Amino acid sequence: MNIHIRNGRLIDPKNNIDARQDVYIVDRRIAAIGAPPPGFVAGQVIDAGGLIVMPGLMDLAARLREPGYEYRATLESEMTAAVAGGITSLACPPDTDPPLDEPGLVEMLKRRARSLNQARVFPVGALTYGLKGLELTEMNELTEAGCKAFSQADAPLTDTRVLLRAMQYASTFGYRVWLRPQDSFLAKDGVAHDGEVATRLGLPSIPVIAETIALATALQLARETGAILHICRISSAAAVDMIRSAKREGLKVSCDISMNHVHLTEMDIGYFDANCRLAPPLRSLGDKAALRAGLLDGTIDAICSNHSPVDDDAKQLPFAEAEAGATGLELLLPLVLKWAEQERVPLLDALAHVTINPALLLGQKMGHLSVGAHADICVFDANASWKVAPAALRSQGKNTPFNGYEMQGRVRYTLLDGQVVFQQ
Amino acid sequence: MNNPQLNKNGELQHLLSTEGLPVDILRAILDRATTFVDVSDGFEIRNEPLLKGKSVFNVFFENSTRTRTTFEIAAKRLSADVVNLNIGSSSTSKGETLLDTVDNLCAMHADMFVVRHSQSGASHIIARHVAPEIHVINAGDGRHAHPTQALLDMFTIRHYKKEFHNLRVAIVGDVLHSRVARSQIHALTTLGVPEVRVVAPKTLLPTMVENLGVRVFHDMSEGLKDVDVVLMLRLQNERMQGAALPSSQEYFKYYGLTEEKLAHARHDAIVMHPGPMNRGIEIESSVADGKHSVILPQVTFGIAVRMAVMCMLAGAKV
Repeated sequence: MNIHIRNGRLIDPKNNIDARQDVYIVDRRIAAIGAPPPGFVAGQVIDAGGLIVMPGLMDLAARLREPGYEYRATLESEMTAAVAGGITSLACPPDTDPPLDEPGLVEMLKRRARSLNQARVFPVGALTYGLKGLELTEMNELTEAGCKAFSQADAPLTDTRVLLRAMQYASTFGYRVWLRPQDSFLAKDGVAHDGEVATRLGLPSIPVIAETIALATALQLARETGAILHICRISSAAAVDMIRSAKREGLKVSCDISMNHVHLTEMDIGYFDANCRLAPPLRSLGDKAALRAGLLDGTIDAICSNHSPVDDDAKQLPFAEAEAGATGLELLLPLVLKWAEQERVPLLDALAHVTINPALLLGQKMGHLSVGAHADICVFDANASWKVAPAALRSQGKNTPFNGYEMQGRVRYTLLDGQVVFQQ
Repeated sequence: MNNPQLNKNGELQHLLSTEGLPVDILRAILDRATTFVDVSDGFEIRNEPLLKGKSVFNVFFENSTRTRTTFEIAAKRLSADVVNLNIGSSSTSKGETLLDTVDNLCAMHADMFVVRHSQSGASHIIARHVAPEIHVINAGDGRHAHPTQALLDMFTIRHYKKEFHNLRVAIVGDVLHSRVARSQIHALTTLGVPEVRVVAPKTLLPTMVENLGVRVFHDMSEGLKDVDVVLMLRLQNERMQGAALPSSQEYFKYYGLTEEKLAHARHDAIVMHPGPMNRGIEIESSVADGKHSVILPQVTFGIAVRMAVMCMLAGAKV
């Protein structure tokens, strides 16, 4: 069906467009921007007057909890949440149960996701078998099955030689390696940033050096092996500095942060709020400021939701026993908008962090609305304000540190491959 | 953020930590405690049937004979009904969650919970969860807080030193893992002690501890110089396995309280310890039993202070 999205403000970071432009969709793809293509007859007209039209969001880290943790979330619930948040593509970390270390599992996940026809799922394969950090997975087979990158998720890889081999092997074939830097010895038993709050509350802590030491190792190995390295979810000012210098030096490295770290600090833990039990931990005010500066100067490429639904029973525990993670798919866009408003970042620049930038990091020709591209589109009302209420979230994970926050920005339509998959 | 310990009228609803406790309430607890102990005559504890008909549940997820016993005695002196539950890790290993356990105990009509747990923040969760007529006393949570211990320490200091505003106090030992130390620091600074010191090797001090309002010393002789009060902390044996310390012998040599080191303190300094003591590891027997030691009076005062806390929570008038 041909769709005409009219009267909207089109923001397409890749094509540097921020203007009142109509969008014409023919045969599931963008057929024209501005003026209709010859002979265009709309089967459906979406009036986007007062709304913003942008490429569907791309989230670099969304745990859908399948297979293995269906009591926390299912593909159905989380894909519904994704499109309600305007997200049309998401990368899934391999820490499912079993982990994504076999082509069969990856194919099953892709097939399940495709049958739901909501958002595109890009599995990130396990770098080592069972995420145990000992033996390499069959990266070629996994790539054929649909993996776009390889990662240890949050599982430790303590043997540096295995990491060297993994990066050498991946670089042989040009595969992407995604690492969240954390030294497992220094982070052992830690649940909060090693700073004032953990000291006051008596919480076992994770020092910044747990991140920077692992990051230094990863950067050195990238220099040595030429691997395409992506650093996931940095949390500290020191890590921003290291990546900034590495990029300046010309190293092929990119990085992302979670939306939680754009807005929150250790202070938000307050009186042991388990919703703020996150991995990596929320750090100091100075770290948050440095992360925001890193977003502004291009050191940090993307913002992800780090969506990790956790069931209530796993959160209603003393802080250190509570499981790390928070729901995020439905909050990614409003939190990016909030950051853009606070820092006076033009939307054209801000939205690049959730569209074209993550698409490039996944190696996908997506995240933009060029003529010929898949019509994955998010139409939202930037002025609609709402209050985060866990019960109203579509995700099965109801735990969020943003509970009760006022948000600006509500998705009105989400289109996947030229079809409306969500509207409200 | 609301202070979870106070109700809307600013009165004590739960006792979870000495942090954020208004100085008036702190003083009121100490004053109330004096009504329960006859300090002129061998520290006799009075019986007062102020909590008759109330049920106090001692809920210990982590074992502690001493603290539980002093709470039990305090409650009985007030004529409360006392139920002791040593839950340890047994019920959680059977799959029951912390809050399920609490719900069950609420259904047994508890008026007050005295909670000890190995995890920081456990009593906060329970306090948030229970109905408003139920009161929670934190009897030690992880490394976070042990407010009644700190309050009895304050009572002891006030008894022997009369005032707080002219004191130098040193806390010696494993501050990093100590809930007692954290609660002492907040109580001392709230009561206006001008100089609180911590004395320990770097491996036993938490990051940015100075932000709690203390001066940091690594040398014990310097740290004890001219202090009025020495608060010793217990050293757990696990610290050797965690590579925080090489040996208990070396620890004793540098941080154990000996008469020689105590000589750097003021001549009328008092020495305190929350118990149980490791003689020959953090304290020398001759000091523990010596003329500066007020370790046994601490225990007696602990009963009076716990009686005072229970009465104030229950809103019982004299």
